[in-house]
Amino acid sequence: MFHSIALKLKKNQFLFEELVKRDFKQKYKRTVLGMAWSVLSPLLTLLVMSLVFSQFFGRHTPHYTIYLFCGTLVFSYFRESTNGGMNSLMSNANIFSKVNVPKYLFLLSKNVSALINFGLTLCVFFLFVFLDGVTFHPRFVLLIYPICCLVLFNVGVGLVLSALFVFFRDISYLYDVFVMLLQYMSAIFYTIDGYSPLMQKLFLCNPVYCYIKYFRVIVLEGMVPSLSFHLLCAFYAVVMLVIGGMIYKVNNHKFLYYI
Amino acid sequence: MSIIRAENVSIRYITGDFKDIGLKEYVLRRLQGKYHVKEFWADKNISFALEQGDMLGIIGSNGAGKSTLLKAVSGIMIPTEGHMEIHGNIAALLELASGFDGDLTVRENTYLRGAMLGYTRSFMNEKYDDIISFAELQDFQDRKFKQLSSGMKSRLAFSIACLVSPDILILDEVLSVGDGAFRKKSGNKMKEILASGVTGILVSHSIAQVREMCNKILWLDHGKQVAFTDQVELYCNAYEQFLFDKKLPHTEEEIQAASEAFLERKKEEREKAKKAETKKLKAVLEAGEKDTVLQAALEIIRKKQPELLREFDDDPLEDED
Repeated sequence: MFHSIALKLKKNQFLFEELVKRDFKQKYKRTVLGMAWSVLSPLLTLLVMSLVFSQFFGRHTPHYTIYLFCGTLVFSYFRESTNGGMNSLMSNANIFSKVNVPKYLFLLSKNVSALINFGLTLCVFFLFVFLDGVTFHPRFVLLIYPICCLVLFNVGVGLVLSALFVFFRDISYLYDVFVMLLQYMSAIFYTIDGYSPLMQKLFLCNPVYCYIKYFRVIVLEGMVPSLSFHLLCAFYAVVMLVIGGMIYKVNNHKFLYYI
Repeated sequence: MSIIRAENVSIRYITGDFKDIGLKEYVLRRLQGKYHVKEFWADKNISFALEQGDMLGIIGSNGAGKSTLLKAVSGIMIPTEGHMEIHGNIAALLELASGFDGDLTVRENTYLRGAMLGYTRSFMNEKYDDIISFAELQDFQDRKFKQLSSGMKSRLAFSIACLVSPDILILDEVLSVGDGAFRKKSGNKMKEILASGVTGILVSHSIAQVREMCNKILWLDHGKQVAFTDQVELYCNAYEQFLFDKKLPHTEEEIQAASEAFLERKKEEREKAKKAETKKLKAVLEAGEKDTVLQAALEIIRKKQPELLREFDDDPLEDED
């Protein structure tokens, strides 16, 4: 299956590049400020959160700003990528109803611009890490692992959402509420040490929390997560990807009726 | 080997209240039993085969299933039943001007469209100048697409689709784009492309166009295949008769009869027109006051209906002359 997808990607490489360019131009309207803004916005979130929560949670957590940044970094990428992905199919309806192109290309191209944003914010993140006096260590390279998982996970969620959005337009409101709930359950600004061991285990059911935790373990705790934790991260990504892929495969020719 | 082969292709279409309803509405309607989805066959048991260089004209009134069939050929839809075989890459011109992005420039849109049609970047680099000069948009290359006039937009769409070299060209009501001059140019370009051996499918409501360009006819009516044939003239005649009297011919004889009825009707119409013209000319000859007008009328008569002049031989008008 992956081989055939790779083959198709190669065949559609030109289209993919053009779509990425288009999405980029649409998003930033050809302004430098547009791009700066999308890096600035997670930083502002960070600023607000650290102003509000430092007093409550910061006292007992070392490097609280970095702790917070790990959370907002991962979560804002997740939110941006899936929100953009949700629209990808619907906003390109006039293309795929006239020309036969693989529909997931629209989603992937939307994800690329979110990923680039994430990359820029990640650079700022490392700058903060440096300024906060956390020493760099070769194990930071391992961060590539949760990032890869997160990319796949976001694509999977995007596939599911974009398909659902074609069928039910009010999904976007429901998803907004869901994202807010998820944000509070991802322990972005608080620590879960105070919870019972059972509750702490339950947090692991939240994929986004797992990816955040991976970042924190590497950067703040200076350790490498266990093998089973690695597997858990990959498991969520693969499951989402498979579910999304299945939905697309089954409905590939059905989307047409709903636009 | 056939380039396109359709065997008993049937396509089921669904309509109903499922469009644009949210999840809440869906659940409510499901609970109340008010959720209705209607299925119908947009195309039923369509079979045809096209060889290299064939130009197929699909005719039929609105709702006959023409566009749905084209969607199946271009791979946007898949046949619910039956089998469709395509060999070669397709440039489908379904509703030309859609699918462009208003905020991108002409240049960017051209590349995007080329990519959608399945071409490579190097190929587009090579063809780009030709496309722009054919569309006569040299001065607008870096304008935003939404700033173009609608005529310019369809000119660009047409140029992209035609200057790239597809194996199979699908045209859905697209030949009437642009102003008079461009229409002529695009018509010539189309003929050139067809002469180069491309296989094409044309959907048009202009029967004259179908007669001129197609060597095969597929006649659809309410999703059913009335005929697939290479007797273009005969079936176009019968089709025009069908448009006139709304009686769908079913057998070979009925087709023949319809065609004859059409020719008969055309002949009558021609005679009627001729009579009306004669009457007009006669009136001019009899009542005309200026010499130049009389001369002109006589000239027309000499050219078109010389037998009329003989009638005038024993006319008093002629004597006075």
